[in-house]
Amino acid sequence: MSDEDLPDPDSEPYWEGVASGELRYRRCGSCDAAIFYPRSLCTECGAPDPDWAVSKGLGKVYACSIVHRPPPSFRGEAPYAVLLVDLDEGFRMISRLSEGDPESICIGDRVQVVFNDGPDGLPTPYFIPA
Amino acid sequence: MSLKRACAIAGVAESRLGVVPDSTVLSLQAEAFVSALADAGLHKSDVDGLLVSGAWGRLPGLQIAEYLGIQPTYSDSTMVGGASFEFHLGHAAAAIQAGLCKVAVILYGSTQRSRADKYIFQIRSDLGYQYEAPYGLPTPVGSYALAASRHFAQYGTTNEQLADLAVSTREWASLNPKAYRREPITREDVLNSGPIATPLNKLDCCLFTDGGGAVVVVSPDIAKTLDKPPVWLLGQGESVSHAQISEMRDLTITPAARSGARAFEMAGVSHGDLDVVEIYDSFTITVLLTLESLGFCPSGAGGEFIANGRTGPSGEFPLNTNGGGLSYCHPGQYGIFLIIEAVRQLRGECDVRQVANAALALISGTGGVLSSNSTCILGVE
Ligand SMILES: [Zn+2]
Repeated sequence: MSDEDLPDPDSEPYWEGVASGELRYRRCGSCDAAIFYPRSLCTECGAPDPDWAVSKGLGKVYACSIVHRPPPSFRGEAPYAVLLVDLDEGFRMISRLSEGDPESICIGDRVQVVFNDGPDGLPTPYFIPA
Repeated sequence: MSLKRACAIAGVAESRLGVVPDSTVLSLQAEAFVSALADAGLHKSDVDGLLVSGAWGRLPGLQIAEYLGIQPTYSDSTMVGGASFEFHLGHAAAAIQAGLCKVAVILYGSTQRSRADKYIFQIRSDLGYQYEAPYGLPTPVGSYALAASRHFAQYGTTNEQLADLAVSTREWASLNPKAYRREPITREDVLNSGPIATPLNKLDCCLFTDGGGAVVVVSPDIAKTLDKPPVWLLGQGESVSHAQISEMRDLTITPAARSGARAFEMAGVSHGDLDVVEIYDSFTITVLLTLESLGFCPSGAGGEFIANGRTGPSGEFPLNTNGGGLSYCHPGQYGIFLIIEAVRQLRGECDVRQVANAALALISGTGGVLSSNSTCILGVE
């Protein structure tokens, strides 16, 4: 999170959760779909105002790329591993391997969320091997 | 409903390409506009439709019409990334079929290389992007790299296979005097070109150039009055699926699966009927995924399909015959050049890179981060 207009009304509960060590997502009260990123409606059935829920933060790596040529504001951090993680609750999020050798993580590996300081010093979800 | 033969392409042109410092994003588009109208044998005063895309201005559709001195009565500024122009072709056909215009120009230009309009690499961190922004995913290459990583893991696809596509595409470029990179490369050159975001290396990635293009689309009545043989739109489909890579459900299946199926059905042709294929190559992996999604080969077989020179000038599957975004030019949004090359191949204007007896072509544009696709089938009959 690095925009001065953030969090916004859609994301405020999410970033509040992150600040208190919770990975929050939304779950549809009508069709039970897990929804991420958090939105004001269910992306499956269209029902409004899905419930907020808390993930255990455990999942599996769906895709992984080690970035060698980062955007300007991330220079100095490369190489690092960007991940797409499929959380056990049924949603997918983008994140990064928190620490260690970026080559050490593979697609299919189990991972666990951790909350570390992000690029702007605010708490941000990352992942480590589970 | 069908768009089959609803319109014909009557004129195509590029502006100067590559590095064009003595131009503006407006003058470059004007250059292509004038040349494409001349190619069609039409005049500026004939133009009543304008379809543009770009993020170079505050209101690009108004700014370019003003600059050209035209007041179109039909306009479309659909912006879905590099594929926008294949969307435009379908939209122009629909508008012409409905009688809303008769001569529509699809237009694009960018001076991203020489000037500051590097819009396409601008990183947003608001709205949906706030969940991606903290992680340093370079856009768009990082998203395509994630898709490649998934395809490698799921199907055993290799860097060597992707490299072979880059080599074949460069071979086509060496036959095109307008191509930006024409010197031959080897598989090892691609593999050793340095990692950008694994598994993609530098030579798996498109060029970063200036350039513009224009396509003149006309009603069937007008097409029959012109000197050059018309190139007919036989089928078109479009599909959008997401804005960010984390929202793409299956990283190995692109929106081309839906748009391609519609285009083939509309045209009433099958894969084996095609003589030449032009597929958006922002990255080597883009082509592999698009080929699979369009049904040229089964899921997972794309690596084998593109390997060993199969898509090059001496291969059996002529693909990206101008040298593509990888070697010919890539001014931010490349899709308009797919149309231009397909039309030239179908007219037999391609000199040493001409595919013999080309009568039926498929073009497939992909935009965003595998986010949007429009596929069109064009023919001379
Ligand atoms: Zn629902």
